[in-house]
Parts: sequence; structure tokens; C-alpha cells
Amino acid sequence: MIRVRVDAGKCQGHNRCFAQAPELFELDEYGYSHELNDGAVPPELEEKARLAVANCPERAITIVSDDSSPTG
Amino acid sequence: MTTETSRDWATDYDIFDPEYIKSPYPVWDELREKCPVARTERWGGSWMPTRYADLFDIARDVPHFSSRNVLVAPTGPPPAEAGAEAATAFLAGAPPITSDPPVHTWARRLLLPAFSIKAVALLEPETRELCRSLVDGFIDKGRADAAADYAQQIPARVIAGMLGIPKDMAGTFTDWVRGFLELGLTNADIRGEAARSIFGFLRECMDERKERPRDDLISYLLGAKVDGRPVPEPHVLGTCFLLLVAGIDTTWSSIGSAFWHLAQHPQDRARLVAEPDLMPTAVEELLRAYSPVTMARVVTKDLEYNGCKMSAGDKVLMSFPAANRDPEKFPDADKVILDRAENPHIAFGVGIHRCAGSNLARMEMRVSLEEWLARIPEFRLEDPDAVTWAGGQVRGPRTLPVVFP
Repeated sequence: MIRVRVDAGKCQGHNRCFAQAPELFELDEYGYSHELNDGAVPPELEEKARLAVANCPERAITIVSDDSSPTG
Repeated sequence: MTTETSRDWATDYDIFDPEYIKSPYPVWDELREKCPVARTERWGGSWMPTRYADLFDIARDVPHFSSRNVLVAPTGPPPAEAGAEAATAFLAGAPPITSDPPVHTWARRLLLPAFSIKAVALLEPETRELCRSLVDGFIDKGRADAAADYAQQIPARVIAGMLGIPKDMAGTFTDWVRGFLELGLTNADIRGEAARSIFGFLRECMDERKERPRDDLISYLLGAKVDGRPVPEPHVLGTCFLLLVAGIDTTWSSIGSAFWHLAQHPQDRARLVAEPDLMPTAVEELLRAYSPVTMARVVTKDLEYNGCKMSAGDKVLMSFPAANRDPEKFPDADKVILDRAENPHIAFGVGIHRCAGSNLARMEMRVSLEEWLARIPEFRLEDPDAVTWAGGQVRGPRTLPVVFP
């Protein structure tokens, strides 16, 4: 299982991750993003998670595997 | 005006050069290779980075690169005859775009909920209706100016609706905003006149709403509290000024550039018609390839950046459009690839000043393309030589005659 993590200190509310994968992220009223379900990414959403990372202009999203080593 | 083809762009660039405005891409490609942070003494002097990595670093280095002045041409205080209103608002700036932290932080939070995806979705039906009625106006003629008759008509009406201002003022708004941001960038008289008109008008709007609050953004700002205190009125005025000025010719330029592209790329048109789900991804790609906005920053203290000795007070011209064409960051950067999957473009900037209206701009682009393509899937440039462009800090087509026989 991999997880997505949004760095709240880096997110500027571009909303690209939400557009890419609304199953994985939610937005607060200001548009800042937060991962859903503690970031858990089901296997069928792994590609979407990878694209959310690739499209974030702030480089605020990372993927961690359950042993917590950053992989993306 | 003649073009100086012999100019050394690395030391003497001119963002108002007509050839550059028409096609800046070869200049950016040359600069990224040869001199990634270029310099000019023109228009008050400025530095211009063109590589994605540099734009990313500078935009996020707020302590060294302030947003207190985002226009590159010299902007002194407005002329005395512009009145006390203009002078007070000048001091308040146009928060939060011209603010640094800590003011920026609360000034931005004040605005963000009004531009969230949810809030913007509520404006979609009437935007769609507006686009349909515009198409109604020219579809039987077999031709239209996709910039003046369509793109230009949309953002001014949408923002008028948000501010609670009659939509028949859209044409007046457009004239004011062009006066301030387009013609005014190189002519202080035009800019002063435009600023005076906008401030005077907004002041009246605020006075009316202080008497009788309405369900609009101006009333919301007047009633908003920060740390238990009302927002100072010069700040509200400055923010209203920003709302009026920032969302009109920027979005209109993006929409116009998208039509400029589609008029010349039948396969892309056909693809968008056949694959409507591709539209959000395509909008991001069109934003990347034809980013309209270049904001400025002010260097806060003497420093050296990438070998360039910058002095406190120097302007840096943030060429987000050049960054978005950087082949180091985007494979086939000069090609429009509608389904480009990895596209971390910075058309809306990057860092704390990310365009607050980005969701609104995206919605307007998507809806305007969808509504046009649903009725006019086939169109082409009537005469490529008749296309005119505005440039400087906001680039996009201003005349774009297309035919659809």
C-alpha cells in the first residue's frame, strides 16, 4: 500500500491534485488540499496518485510506501 | 514602429517590441540557452529570468523578491488631479497581489473562499448562458472576431456579476482595464485616467453598499472582520480594484489564445469535439503553452542571483510564460499536446501569490471553449495578417477574425 502526503506548508491551493484525483484529496474552504483516508491509495488509484504528484506546481505532494520511505 | 532585429536581447530586451509580442518564443529559447537571466535598461530597467527552475526559485523567495510593485514600467503615485481617493488607494496598493506577508496572509484568506472550486461552480450556468448568447449573436454571419466578439465579452461580465455591478458596464470595465494594464503600461497619462475612473466608480459602489449591503463581493469585503476588526476601507478599495483589473484581460487573453491555436489546428479541434472529457487537461495545456501573465517583483536587498548582481529596488520580470516553454521542464515544450499528462505549469504563478482567481479563469476557459465548439466545431483564421496581439505584461490576441462557412 502506498500513501499520498500533502505538505500543508507548501500547498498554495492550485487544486491540481483535486482535479486529478478527487478520490484521494479534499479541499478546505480556502482551497488548500489535504489527503483523504490518511493518504491511503488503493492499487487502482496509484496512477492517479502519481499524476497528482507530477502536476503539483508547488511540489507539495509526496508518495510514501507503508514502510514510510519517500518514493516520489 | 520598426523592429530592431539586431537587438541583443540578453542585455536590451523590450517586452513591448511588436515582433516579440507576436512571437516571443524564439527570444525565450535563445535567452534560456545564452543568458537565462536577461537584463534591460528599457522601461525603468528590469531583469528577466526565462528558465522554469529560476522562476520557481524567485517566486518562492518572498523575503528577497517583494510583490510591492507587480508592474514593470515605472509607477509613481497617481497624478495629483487623480484625487485623494486614488492617492489613498495607491498607498494601500491592490492587496493581496501587491502585499507581502504578514498583510498578504490575511488579505488572501479573505478572498480565497469566494474563488474556491465550489463557489466558482455556482457561476457556471450563467457563464454558459452568456457564451451561448454571444454565439447566437454571430453564428448566422459565418464569421466573428473570436477575441473582440467572444473572448473579450466573457470575463468582464462574470466579474461584474460577482461584484454586483450591472453587466452592461462590461464594455466600460474593459476600456478601463485596457487603459490601466495595456495602453497604460507605457503611458502614465492613460494609466492615471483609467485608475481615477476605476477608483471613483468603486468608491461609489462601496458607499451604496455601506448604506444597503447586498449579496455581492463588495458588500462581503465591507462586512468582513479580521481579528475582530473591520477591514480598513482603503484596503477594501484596493482589493476591489484588484478584482476588477486582474481577472479581465488576463482571462480574455487566455481564451483568445486558445481560439488562435484551435483556428489553426483542425486535429485538436476535432479531438476536443470527439473527447469532451479531455477538456480540463486541454485547458491546462493551453494555459501552459499560451500563458498570458508576467508579473514583476522588487529586489529587497543587494544580492547575487545566478551570477547577476541585483540591487535593492531592481525589478524582476517574472516570465512565467517563458518558464512554461522551458524544454528542460516540459518535453516538446513548443508543441501543444492536449492530453499532456504531466503538466506542472506555473501560468498562475507559484508560491504564495498563486493567482487567487485560477479556478474562475479555468471555468471560463472551459465553458467558453465547450459552448463555442458545440455550435461551431469548424473554423479557421479569416486572414492571419489581420490578427493583432497585445503584450507587455499580459499577452493575448486582440483582433482574431475567424470564418466558419
